[in-house]
Amino acid sequence: MDSFWLLFRRLYDSTGFNLPFLYDGFERSRFFAGIGTSASLIITCIAGSLLLGVIGAHVKIFWPRAGKVAVDPIVNLFRNTPPIIQLYFFYFAIGGLLPKVVTAGGGEAPIIGAFGLTVISLTIYTTAFNIESLRAGIEAVPATMVEAAEALGCTSWQIYCRILLPLGFRFSLPSLTNNLVDLVKQTSLAYAIAVPEILYVSTQIMADQFNVTETMITLLVVYTALVSIVVVAMRLIERALAMPGYER
Amino acid sequence: MIFSSRPSPAAAGQAAGHSGASRREWLRLLYPIALAAAASMMLFVLFTDSTEQAGERLSILATLGKWTPLLAQGFLLNLIIVTLAMATGTLYGICLGLLASSHVALFQRIVWILVQFFRNTPTLVLLFLAAYMLPSSMHILGVEVSFPDWVKAVIGFSLKVMANVAEIVRGAIQSVPGAQWEAAESLAFRRSQIFWRIILPQCYKRMLPPWMNLYGVTFTATPLAAILGVNEVLGYTLMALGAESRFDLVVPMYLYVLCWFYLFAHPVTRLTQILERRFALIG
Repeated sequence: MDSFWLLFRRLYDSTGFNLPFLYDGFERSRFFAGIGTSASLIITCIAGSLLLGVIGAHVKIFWPRAGKVAVDPIVNLFRNTPPIIQLYFFYFAIGGLLPKVVTAGGGEAPIIGAFGLTVISLTIYTTAFNIESLRAGIEAVPATMVEAAEALGCTSWQIYCRILLPLGFRFSLPSLTNNLVDLVKQTSLAYAIAVPEILYVSTQIMADQFNVTETMITLLVVYTALVSIVVVAMRLIERALAMPGYER
Repeated sequence: MIFSSRPSPAAAGQAAGHSGASRREWLRLLYPIALAAAASMMLFVLFTDSTEQAGERLSILATLGKWTPLLAQGFLLNLIIVTLAMATGTLYGICLGLLASSHVALFQRIVWILVQFFRNTPTLVLLFLAAYMLPSSMHILGVEVSFPDWVKAVIGFSLKVMANVAEIVRGAIQSVPGAQWEAAESLAFRRSQIFWRIILPQCYKRMLPPWMNLYGVTFTATPLAAILGVNEVLGYTLMALGAESRFDLVVPMYLYVLCWFYLFAHPVTRLTQILERRFALIG
């Protein structure tokens, strides 16, 4: 493995294309730790936003009035305001309100750190988009399906869990993919509150190694790769769930 | 029973296109602002209880009023940034989109790579790209042109706009059925005539809603410029909060700024949704 990484050292020596986060042990460890932090941000937010999205869509479909009063304003507010200000709001305002705990170093820190508050902020932001996607998907379910289920004596809960949600989820997959791709890109905002994700780590490496061009190109590649993973995963899910007669 | 409360998609489309519901629309628009104001008031009451010793301090509302001119000045820069970025990005994006729909495979490949990289990269990374890779001043034809931070921010945002517009244009041109090319050819139109007179006029309608959507997304991304040190509204907000150094001001101040963005972004979002439905009905 080491000889593989040393290839990049040789690349630097021969061409001057400096990728220290590949050949240098220390830089490599923090670079991949950054990718790991980004990945865990992405995975947590995807899981959270899908779960909350299903709940929100459920509220909007079953209790339209409650949806108008409670869900719509939150959705509108988060969709139409800058995510970076939302994040600052959660970090400085909500983070400041939280009770403090004593850290291992002896200092005081809010009970939920920068990483946790980023997760909360981005989850709510993505949920706002997911609710709309899921609702649109569920509304695209043919009415005859629900009538048939009602005729068979299904309760409304059974209809939601077994008819509306499985079908609506399939219909909303393309637009959910868009939302999740956007989420991957929004995780870079965590840079602003010093969560050591890939952008933050890269700027540190740039400051230490003066390899701005190389690091910038690497960032473009890393983010394109992260987005591609999400897109491919969603496409695999779409294919696995495809039903005969309902292909796009 | 679920369906009794659910309007059919067609009825929903008609309701949205109808202007009779505009009062309700306005109420819905203002509701989140009222919610935000109520939340800030609640938090304000919570805080003034715990931080007594008011006296010479200004009330929250008066403090917000005091900073409003400065914030408005910053907000104006946000509007300028998004306008310039949309203008330049759209111009280059249209060129790229036209190249992508040309029949030269090399152009298609190059544009595809450019668009993929710039579309799939976070705006913040593009801003850093512009900030670090551009010189602070440049000699063009013997004239020294300087790039202040806000111009770099405009360039960063316009890269994002460019890639997205290229994709919108390419998609719109492709969405016109190929049979129309053949039909027009059989009527002895030249290739350029077919493109400018038959294909493109059908594309405007398809391009407008996603373009407006892009405007909304770019507009809500403009505060990112604060990270580059541009004094736009978020930069001034942080400055004001630092100068006041009062914790009870943090929540109302952020909600106040969020409301400004909401007021400018939400009408565009609504209009986009309405246009999307209207164009979808025509087909």
